[in-house]
Amino acid sequence: MNNVRPKADVAIVGLGWCGSLIAEELSRAGLNVVAIERGPWFETSTDFPPSVDTDELRWDTRRSMLLPPAVETTTFRNNITQTALPSREWNLNELGYNVGGSGTHWAGMAWRFTPFDFEPYSQTIKRYGKSQIAKGVILQDWGITYDDLEPFYDRFEKIAGVSGKAGKLKGKIIPDGNPFEGNRSSEYPLPPLESMRLTDIFTEGAKKIGLHPFMVPAGQASRAYVNPLGVRMGPCTYCGYCLYYGCGNFSKSSPNACVIPALMQRENFTVLTDSAVVRVNTADDGKTATGVTYLDKNKKEWVQPADIVILSAFQLQNVRLLLLSKIGIPYNAVTKTGVVGRAYSFQTVSGAALYFRNENLNQFIGAGALSSQVDDWNGDNFDHTGLGFIGGAGILVVARGARPIGNADSLPPGTPRWGKDWKKAYTHAFQNATFIFGQGTSFSHEDYYLDLDPEYKDDNGNPLLRVTFDYNDNDRRSAKFIEEKSVEIGKSMGAEQVIGTNSASGSYSPYNFASDHTIGGAVMGTHPETSVVNRYQQCWDVHNLFVLGASSFPNNAGYNPTGTIGALSLWTAKAIIEQYLKNPGPLVKV
Amino acid sequence: MKRREFLTSITALSVASTIPNMSQAEVVNGGQPWVPGNVKTPLAPPRKGGLQYLTQHEFDTVGAIAERFIPADETSLSGKDAGCAIFIDRQLAGDYGNAVAIYRLGRFVKGTPEQGPQSPLTPAQRYRLGIAALDKAMQQQYGKQFLSLSSELQDQVLSEMEKDALNLGEDVETRVLFELLLQNVREGFLSDPIYGGNKDMTSWKMIGFPGARYDFRDLLPKKGLKLNIIPTSLIDNTL
Repeated sequence: MNNVRPKADVAIVGLGWCGSLIAEELSRAGLNVVAIERGPWFETSTDFPPSVDTDELRWDTRRSMLLPPAVETTTFRNNITQTALPSREWNLNELGYNVGGSGTHWAGMAWRFTPFDFEPYSQTIKRYGKSQIAKGVILQDWGITYDDLEPFYDRFEKIAGVSGKAGKLKGKIIPDGNPFEGNRSSEYPLPPLESMRLTDIFTEGAKKIGLHPFMVPAGQASRAYVNPLGVRMGPCTYCGYCLYYGCGNFSKSSPNACVIPALMQRENFTVLTDSAVVRVNTADDGKTATGVTYLDKNKKEWVQPADIVILSAFQLQNVRLLLLSKIGIPYNAVTKTGVVGRAYSFQTVSGAALYFRNENLNQFIGAGALSSQVDDWNGDNFDHTGLGFIGGAGILVVARGARPIGNADSLPPGTPRWGKDWKKAYTHAFQNATFIFGQGTSFSHEDYYLDLDPEYKDDNGNPLLRVTFDYNDNDRRSAKFIEEKSVEIGKSMGAEQVIGTNSASGSYSPYNFASDHTIGGAVMGTHPETSVVNRYQQCWDVHNLFVLGASSFPNNAGYNPTGTIGALSLWTAKAIIEQYLKNPGPLVKV
Repeated sequence: MKRREFLTSITALSVASTIPNMSQAEVVNGGQPWVPGNVKTPLAPPRKGGLQYLTQHEFDTVGAIAERFIPADETSLSGKDAGCAIFIDRQLAGDYGNAVAIYRLGRFVKGTPEQGPQSPLTPAQRYRLGIAALDKAMQQQYGKQFLSLSSELQDQVLSEMEKDALNLGEDVETRVLFELLLQNVREGFLSDPIYGGNKDMTSWKMIGFPGARYDFRDLLPKKGLKLNIIPTSLIDNTL
């Protein structure tokens, strides 16, 4: 017999960036909102104050803030002929497991995607013709444009207190900003972070070869700041404890620092913590959701009824919940039909390892997003004619803080890994070794997808999500290209040794820690045969179900996803408040 | 403001666990459930004395390995003197050693390299099996346990393990054991002394890492300069 909670107007599954942003909008509009979060309550004062935060072993090496594979993992294979096996150990899937979600431990790179990234199909056809698209690549427009999303990017940046410098403001190119970015309606709310020795060398080296470096928009407050929700942020102290850490200074943009303090003041908002949603419940007609079923920490089953259900868990979890709930037609890789799990992709990373001769990079001073980048080879910012691929990468260096344990193998090739020679080499490398990171676009492919594993289950007895993935020809070619460009920049920076790196030169593995930006599987689009949700992230099949996050991306940009995830959540919130509430039903007719 | 619907005490928080499942809050509403004085501090520094997981012989062997991986010289203490074996003993006795965070359900099937480790063994079990297998192999080859070999010979054996050129029997994957030992010794050497290793912050002094510092704004103008910051640890921070 189920335990049934009082009905809510809105049930939100997962209280990270997406969930907290939309909860803030919907509760401010007067709706009664219940968020259900798998992890525990988490906040700055008790969980990650400065006296607790500065601990590499606990937060980085042991991943203590992340969702443990023991609780939920994925199974993996490179292609459909293999048998998938569980990714048992910590791997690149870095899911959040607390109130705040992955937004608590993220690095803070707060990007907008380029206009091309939202319309890759039509822009590629227009500029290059169909022959530019590699065989099997799924290329489709999102059904939303950069211009549609611009006001919501703007709002997100103001809520998050993003520090940066506009490059294209109201049609004008601004020096030292990113000249390739989409047009902006206003400047960033805060000026860029201070540069570091590393970013200075990069900026210099990139300019020397005619590129256009700029400081990456950072979710670290460069000044004290009050956001539009009235929440105060403190100035970043450049401690370097960002990625895998919470921020003890209220400086890193996070749901915990920027949204939840305002949200928790609302009497019409409640969060249920330590509670894992296991499925979305649908009415007998299958066309409307009636609420969700979840297990509390004692594994007791509860039902939370609601008029609107919002999935805002991690991308992989959103897809898994749709599959477990039997909502939408699962993708079939043989017949190439179905949509749920289709257009899964990752991020193609290449770059270069750099070893300087005699630097004091002092990389322990920094911030998660303290970066200099060039976008000259990103998106469609350059002519791809004759290159055999589309896309590219943002190429950057990041002064992110030093990791004494984590960097112990960041050594020139051939260096001993232990003994006196290692000690000497590592001491030198600690100040002289760094890397150029090419964060590449990725395009999904018809052979690669997500579905439920036939064998392996979580400890609740529900099938794990199965990932079938490898890099496609388009992405391998772009990664090679970016590797070469990265080496060129590294040499221009004056590094003594520059060694190209390319995660797409072999087969994909979840243990290749190139990036954790997995995307797709419940993508947005213009037609129900090729997408799970419409341009408002509203499920085509179940109109009162909205699915938020990177699961909506049909292709990945050469950027971190969070800014776009945040903007899309605010865009969906507006559509619910202004359109859906007045006339509940599909917001897009086909 | 309405009181939260229901909030059990969060005063009884235990020490740091690998899996943050200790939270007591279930339904939170009407404000943030923040209670003064409840900071989830890391584990107290390990006390001297009794071993928690390793046997004395295993402990001495791990210490000898730590000394070979990180020999003493003018730049730092040895891995052994820095407390790496204490660190490893405490880690193996806890969540890490027992693979609490690792997925251990279903059949264990060997897969492709891309699919990653598929072993039912925990780190603690790997140490137990691994050191026994190492001693057995050394007995057969040299008539002595690893601990009794000369340091030159110990180096040679470790090099063979690193190259996967030493057979440790059916139960022990030599390369996996080597990487586990190297990783854990490095962790003990380079992590905060609060975990039992890195005595006197010896490794941080060696590489020039300032440790548990949280504000570098005063140093921002000194870009590219040698800073010679005296490190600090979480032990100092919790005083």
